[in-house]
Amino acid sequence: MGQGRRMKRKQGMPEALSEEHFANLKRKAGLPVEPPVEKASLSNKKRKTAKGAAAAKKPEPAPKKASVKSNGKPKKKLPEPEDDGSEDEEMGDEFDLDQLEGDASSDEEASSGDKKKKNIWSDDEDEAEEDDSVFDSDDQEEGKKGKFVFSDDEDESDAEEKLTAANIAGLSRKLDKKLAEDKAITEAELQESAMQTNIDGPKIFGEGLEDDEEEDDLAKKSQALLAPDLQLLRQRITDNIRVLDDFANLAEEGRSRAEYTAQLLKDICGYYGYSPYLAEKLFNLFTPREAFAFFEANEMPRPVVIRTNTLRTHRRDLAQALINRGVTLEPVGKWSKVGLQIFETNVPLGATPEYLAGHYIIQAAASFLPVMALSPQPNERVLDMASAPGGKTTYCSAMMNNTGIVFANDPNKERAKGLIGNVARLGVRNVIVCSYDGREFPRVMGGFDRVLLDAPCSGTGVISKDPSVKTNKDEKDFISLPHMQKQLLLSAIDSVNHASETGGFLVYSTCSVTTEENESVVNYALSRRPNVKLVDTGIPFGKEGFTSFMGKKFHPSLKLTRRFYPHAHNIDGFYVAKFQKIGPTPPNAIGAAGKKSGGAGADAEVEVVDRTPIATDDDAEEAEEKKAGKKAKGSSNGPSAKGDFSAFDEEEDVKYIEKAKKNAMRRRGLDPRSLKKPKAQEKK
Amino acid sequence: MRPLTEEETQAVFKKLAEYTGASLKNIIAPQEDGDRNVFRLSQNRVYLVRLSMANLATSIARDNLLSLGTCLGKFTKSGKFRIHITALPILAEHARHKLWIRPNGVMPFLYGGNIVKAHVGRYSEDCPEHQGLVVYTMDDVPLGFGVSARSTAESRRLDPTGVVCFRQADCGEYLRDEDTLFQSG
Repeated sequence: MGQGRRMKRKQGMPEALSEEHFANLKRKAGLPVEPPVEKASLSNKKRKTAKGAAAAKKPEPAPKKASVKSNGKPKKKLPEPEDDGSEDEEMGDEFDLDQLEGDASSDEEASSGDKKKKNIWSDDEDEAEEDDSVFDSDDQEEGKKGKFVFSDDEDESDAEEKLTAANIAGLSRKLDKKLAEDKAITEAELQESAMQTNIDGPKIFGEGLEDDEEEDDLAKKSQALLAPDLQLLRQRITDNIRVLDDFANLAEEGRSRAEYTAQLLKDICGYYGYSPYLAEKLFNLFTPREAFAFFEANEMPRPVVIRTNTLRTHRRDLAQALINRGVTLEPVGKWSKVGLQIFETNVPLGATPEYLAGHYIIQAAASFLPVMALSPQPNERVLDMASAPGGKTTYCSAMMNNTGIVFANDPNKERAKGLIGNVARLGVRNVIVCSYDGREFPRVMGGFDRVLLDAPCSGTGVISKDPSVKTNKDEKDFISLPHMQKQLLLSAIDSVNHASETGGFLVYSTCSVTTEENESVVNYALSRRPNVKLVDTGIPFGKEGFTSFMGKKFHPSLKLTRRFYPHAHNIDGFYVAKFQKIGPTPPNAIGAAGKKSGGAGADAEVEVVDRTPIATDDDAEEAEEKKAGKKAKGSSNGPSAKGDFSAFDEEEDVKYIEKAKKNAMRRRGLDPRSLKKPKAQEKK
Repeated sequence: MRPLTEEETQAVFKKLAEYTGASLKNIIAPQEDGDRNVFRLSQNRVYLVRLSMANLATSIARDNLLSLGTCLGKFTKSGKFRIHITALPILAEHARHKLWIRPNGVMPFLYGGNIVKAHVGRYSEDCPEHQGLVVYTMDDVPLGFGVSARSTAESRRLDPTGVVCFRQADCGEYLRDEDTLFQSG
């Protein structure tokens, strides 16, 4: 018996730790973590299982017992503070007499009379008590058998074996004594509470006993599986990180860094639920410790931030109005004059009168940054290439004080609806909403003073918002997305007016943290467009962009770009690069693109876009015609046109003149094809 | 996108004049910087937009142009002009008759209710019956517009539950009617 108890005691220790871990997990993950919930349900179930269950419980398979006990331990104390409080008030007076007689052992007889008076609540409670008493005896018995069970357990038993017999004897005596004291206390408590609530539950739950038992087992099993698993994983993750931090001193001999890293990655995949591919990709961006912080941060939600609409109100007024509605808030940081961070709110933020009157918009702090970097000036012409749902667009307009023009483009018309709604609600009047593919842009309209390209991306910076990213992104996405981003960036660059007096700037941003979508894309643009350079973003915080990553070398000026991380800045993962266009796109830029492999599609697209700058044509048929014509002519006069930029090229000019004529005709409402047809016939 | 025809212009002006009265001309008056506001029609919706913007917007193909400037409302199939909540900033600027509602009346109004006497804080004098009204909160935030159910004098004698103003549009529509309010290609 003594040994059994000691074992039990001993086993108890790590389990208590597990409780702590769950608490930790719960707190950190901000999840409605299952373990506690399960425990609650488990304990509920246990309450339901009545005395009879005890007998059934005894012949349980060995490994489960650990969990049973671990759960049993805290549970013993659970019902007393929770339920008794309410119960006492309800029936303390009524049942005092009965209860005094009532002994834990004579529950059934004593309570049969009381039963009628008692409500279901008290039934439950009583069962809890009974159950607890059952558990105690159970524990003891288990303890006897438990010797073998627990000696299987490596970690604990190792230490134990080292104890000498004397030690064991002494220790067990001491523990016995202590335990006996504990036991006495708990038993006293039990009796006390049993006295208050001595009714018999078994009759009510008798039928469901077997089912309950099964469920109970299941729950225990899952509990047993879940608990040590996660706990172990986390432990191993932190241990491995510690080792990787100081590899020279802490590493086991014969284990390489790669092994540790592989193990760590596997654990991270298991613990956080990432696909191995993405986990590795993200892991490689950081040191192991930082990566861990990053993954942890992705489990926590970012604070809700709203942006004051300065067209309608001031931040102080808005803050006051919202505080009056019971919102707890605070300025988001020194870096923004319009952001308010929401801590707590009693009202739905998306439906307050202030919201409907357009005084603010709910916008992640991270999406302030590209606009701040762009810093549009009044009376400029600005393009937002992928603008839905309009947070950045309306911020641009607010910065420009409703002057100038903002072209808000979004290829998705459904999303554009929300964009129009936000634009209208915020009282923005200088926005033209259109829905083109961003890659068409310099053809639709160019010459913008500033262009904002918040490119569609994998969303690895906003995993806390959309956890599905963890699993649904694979290699393909990290090829196709950067490809599109490169195309978009080139057309964005070509849409900027380099000669603008106030502007000539372009901001490229993504809500992703991978280098494929950020540095690589920017580097690509720098290599294809010698007429742009990176400039400082003007954002006072954030980490510098990589200039080299895993053997890839980027342009040194990529230092000027900024990365933002959830764990470092408590905003979504973000990347911002600001370009300045310093000259027109030379025609041979395209030639240069042609030499390099990869992105052939992009080049073709850009080629079309670049060589027809004046075509405001929207007729698809005609565009095709042009393309076809270009391809046909490409071999003959293409190189000459590309080769010398400054010299006159009669053949090329003829084309432009023709195009201008066609445009002029269209403006007058004539069919431009009537101009072309006779010429085509002549050529033939 | 095109300018309005004569009839369309008339329909729009008539509607706007219900709310703005004589200050309607301020809407289309030339601004200091030489620009002026013009009306443009795109897919049945009427937009009030600066001329310089309207000119630039001609570059956008009809199918791709979703919105520009401020949307005032739309023409129904039968040729009537229906004013939308999106016109509120324009109306609020130039409103002739105004009505201020108390804080306790704000939410009922934003949920689409008419305004009862009990919720009225202030009321423009000399407002006749069935006249366009712009509705503000007590701290002058425009919330929507409607038509007066009674003249000012009559509504003074009204009991607290009597309707003073029939709602036509309110800010709550941004949430309630997002699907129909805006053009989607």
